[in-house]
Amino acid sequence: MSVIGRSVPRLEDPPLLRGEGAFAADISFPRQLHMRVVRAEMAHARLLAVDVSAALALPGVVAVWTGEDVATIPPIPFRATKLKGLEPYCQPILARGRVRYVGEPVAVVFAENAALAEDAADLVVADLEELPALLDAAAPPRDFDATHATEPAILRKSYGDVEAGFAAAHAVLDLDLSIGRHSGVPLETRGAIARYDAASDTLELHGTAKKQHWNRDEIARLLGRSPTSVHLFEGHVGGGFGVRGELYPEDLLVCLAALRLRRPVKWIEDRREHLVATNHSRQQRHRLRAAVDAEGRLIAIDNVFFHDQGAYVRTHGARVADMSAGLLLGPYAVPAYRATGHFRLTNKTPAATYRAPGRYEGTFVRERLMDAIAARLGLDRVEVRRRNFVPVSAMPFTRPLDALGTDVVLDSGDYALLLDKALARFGWEARQADIARRRAAGESVGLGLGFFVEKSGLGPSDGVRMSVDPTGVVELVTGAASVGQGVETALAQIAADALGVDYRCVRVVRGQTNRIEFGSGAHASRVTVMSGSATHLAGLALRDLALGTAATLLQAPKESLTIVDGMVCRADGPALPIGEVARALAAGTKLSRERAVPGLTTEGWFHSDHMTYPYGVHLAQVALDRMTGAVAVEHYLVAYDVGRAVNPKLVEGQIIGGFAQGLGGALFEEFRYDERGQPLSTTLADYLMPTIAEMPPLDVLVTEDAPSPLNPLGVKGAGEGGTNAVGAAIASAIDDALGNKGLVTRLPVTPREVLRLLGEIEA
Amino acid sequence: MSDVLHRVRMTVNARAATIAVEARRTLAEALREDLGLTGTHLGCEHGVCGACTVLMDGAPVRACLVLAVQAEGAAIRTVEGLAAPDGTLHPLQQAFADHHALQCGYCTPGFLMLAMAMLEENPAMEEAEMVERLSSNLCRCTGYAGILAAVRSVMRR
Repeated sequence: MSVIGRSVPRLEDPPLLRGEGAFAADISFPRQLHMRVVRAEMAHARLLAVDVSAALALPGVVAVWTGEDVATIPPIPFRATKLKGLEPYCQPILARGRVRYVGEPVAVVFAENAALAEDAADLVVADLEELPALLDAAAPPRDFDATHATEPAILRKSYGDVEAGFAAAHAVLDLDLSIGRHSGVPLETRGAIARYDAASDTLELHGTAKKQHWNRDEIARLLGRSPTSVHLFEGHVGGGFGVRGELYPEDLLVCLAALRLRRPVKWIEDRREHLVATNHSRQQRHRLRAAVDAEGRLIAIDNVFFHDQGAYVRTHGARVADMSAGLLLGPYAVPAYRATGHFRLTNKTPAATYRAPGRYEGTFVRERLMDAIAARLGLDRVEVRRRNFVPVSAMPFTRPLDALGTDVVLDSGDYALLLDKALARFGWEARQADIARRRAAGESVGLGLGFFVEKSGLGPSDGVRMSVDPTGVVELVTGAASVGQGVETALAQIAADALGVDYRCVRVVRGQTNRIEFGSGAHASRVTVMSGSATHLAGLALRDLALGTAATLLQAPKESLTIVDGMVCRADGPALPIGEVARALAAGTKLSRERAVPGLTTEGWFHSDHMTYPYGVHLAQVALDRMTGAVAVEHYLVAYDVGRAVNPKLVEGQIIGGFAQGLGGALFEEFRYDERGQPLSTTLADYLMPTIAEMPPLDVLVTEDAPSPLNPLGVKGAGEGGTNAVGAAIASAIDDALGNKGLVTRLPVTPREVLRLLGEIEA
Repeated sequence: MSDVLHRVRMTVNARAATIAVEARRTLAEALREDLGLTGTHLGCEHGVCGACTVLMDGAPVRACLVLAVQAEGAAIRTVEGLAAPDGTLHPLQQAFADHHALQCGYCTPGFLMLAMAMLEENPAMEEAEMVERLSSNLCRCTGYAGILAAVRSVMRR
């Protein structure tokens, strides 16, 4: 029985349960210094001077740097969606001349211990002359500096004749929709520990995640070293969600300090810093127009939106805006489409990706539209969606659009089938009847839905090196990374299945640039698809090599041999542990000389030009408290087709956890600012993440009806479907409870907002 | 800022420990930095997330809000004290693994210690109270379903 598809226990758990984790803050080196960042306290100001004298005078302080001290270091580059003209907006590692958001690094202090560094940082005085803060991305752009405006780019994507579509419309919908500013906020803050090893002339960076190889190459380039003399290491990672593992100013600062000061340098972000310094996400306003025919079929969509990038363009470039433009249409066939994305800077913490980036936003917008169409034409909300689905007969379905630099080709999917399954599982009809009864009795209750298409498995390439050692242990070295989602277990299952060993005999090495030359990391729900496929191919090749070698050792035809549980077996009984086969291929043995490389080892590579597109639907039932404005989610279903689930329990875990984050963005979480750009959400008591008490009864339906034809396993990514449509479904349900008037136009729907909307209805 | 060090004597996981700390040192920092017990994690350092929860004389406390000097004479228990000396997991730890109650594992020590206190205080706790108690800590990965299932599984039926 294959180990793929089984909910086997995670390999990752035992050390984490014993408190033996090696998270960034747990890593220390002898003689290390501690870095503390002095951050801007105004949202927009001229930086006239920085006085570091008092800090430097404090015993135990080794160095204090300002922008002048790091002027030779280029700003943080970007790796994704490199639109022309974004370069002037990259972030310097320490501010020079101007500060553009509260939290921007202005100076750094290096001291003998963390408390001393913090004391000294308090003594650094930045002389700021306040400038007006720009806080609304939909407001007219202003000057970024003497030669650049705060709108670096306008993204345009389109196909079909949009104007003709509107001219022929039976009805035109006009919506103004906004998504609040929220982000991943992992429980572990960021951390970075750099160390220069003179013995090997190597710069090491520990506490890394997500994109080690790209970060290594850029750190090397920016510091003027060869990439082979810089190594990044990943230990345990306390959640990623998109924000961790991007190259931030602090990463470069600790590396530079380790080189200059010739001592290890440790930096651990505190929570207040995290909430103003680590990437924000989501905030966007869409002015959406749609043309429909009399049956509610979409003819054309005009998607004009304003993306609130914050103060600088970080490593993702314009990626979130790009996806908001290119992936908005989700499961629906739309004859004509035009997107105009105003990519704008404001005086807030810079933004980038957060779980289901561009799709959480886009699904909210698109599904609000579908509800609006139903309301306008007096149609059933479910039926409007059904009528507009890309039919299964049209798969694979090519949209004349691109996103993430690749054409959008929906690889497989039966949207109507999943919708039917989900409605039945949720008991949609029975609940509708029940809701009608409760409404008649005076309650404000409603049902909502959000259908969505996710994307996963971003290419282009991933490779693994897989080897068996003489004890029979399999080492799988991958260029992928882990952010705590269970990568080791999933890859071990795939390796074990292909090779024929127990998955617990597979050691997965990830996030170590000194162990593998290339890697694309862990993001965009890509690991199971890309690294998983590479692992599968490597496992098959290694199995072939093991069988060929064993054929000689066991004196039997290769075809007659099998590998079961780590034993190479001859049909008539004799068997050989796979470790013995590895020993027979050790360097210098007779058998090894027949090969280019000794050892029972191989590499597997997987290449992909297109993404895979998992899809799903969220269904919600809510009740509104008319006194407090609180929204009680009474029941919720996430139905998600992942093509094939490697480990169903882990898939379910991804969905439930992703849902909780989506719920936060739908009802609670928001980075708020006052009118001068001072952040108001700087503690976890102000930035409200769901606790267990906010979790509703949640049902998860994972289906495997549409395996991907694009990879040998048929898998699609499972990481983001739990998050994607929560805002859409909750908004739909609240709107239903308010009479389906299209009143819910903004996330999060806080109690105050619910009370306002209830007041609007009564007035 | 002070160079004055205070001697603190406590027991940590049933072993006597004596440390000398500044008055401002938190219990969490003392455990992590002075005693090398890095299983106690800091998630917010302002008492909201509960990742640093340890047991102090049997009661769950936020180790980021307790000063080390306040622990003078106290019995502290941390996540490192749960498993048997040979590494065998405590039934509560095993339940967390069985019910997929962790992903990244950062909040896990805090939840384990919180749940240990619940278990010791009332091993027949009603589900509503379990939810109420567990709502004092934050997890960003799991959506809590596995955590609740794990805790429920070790409670007396």
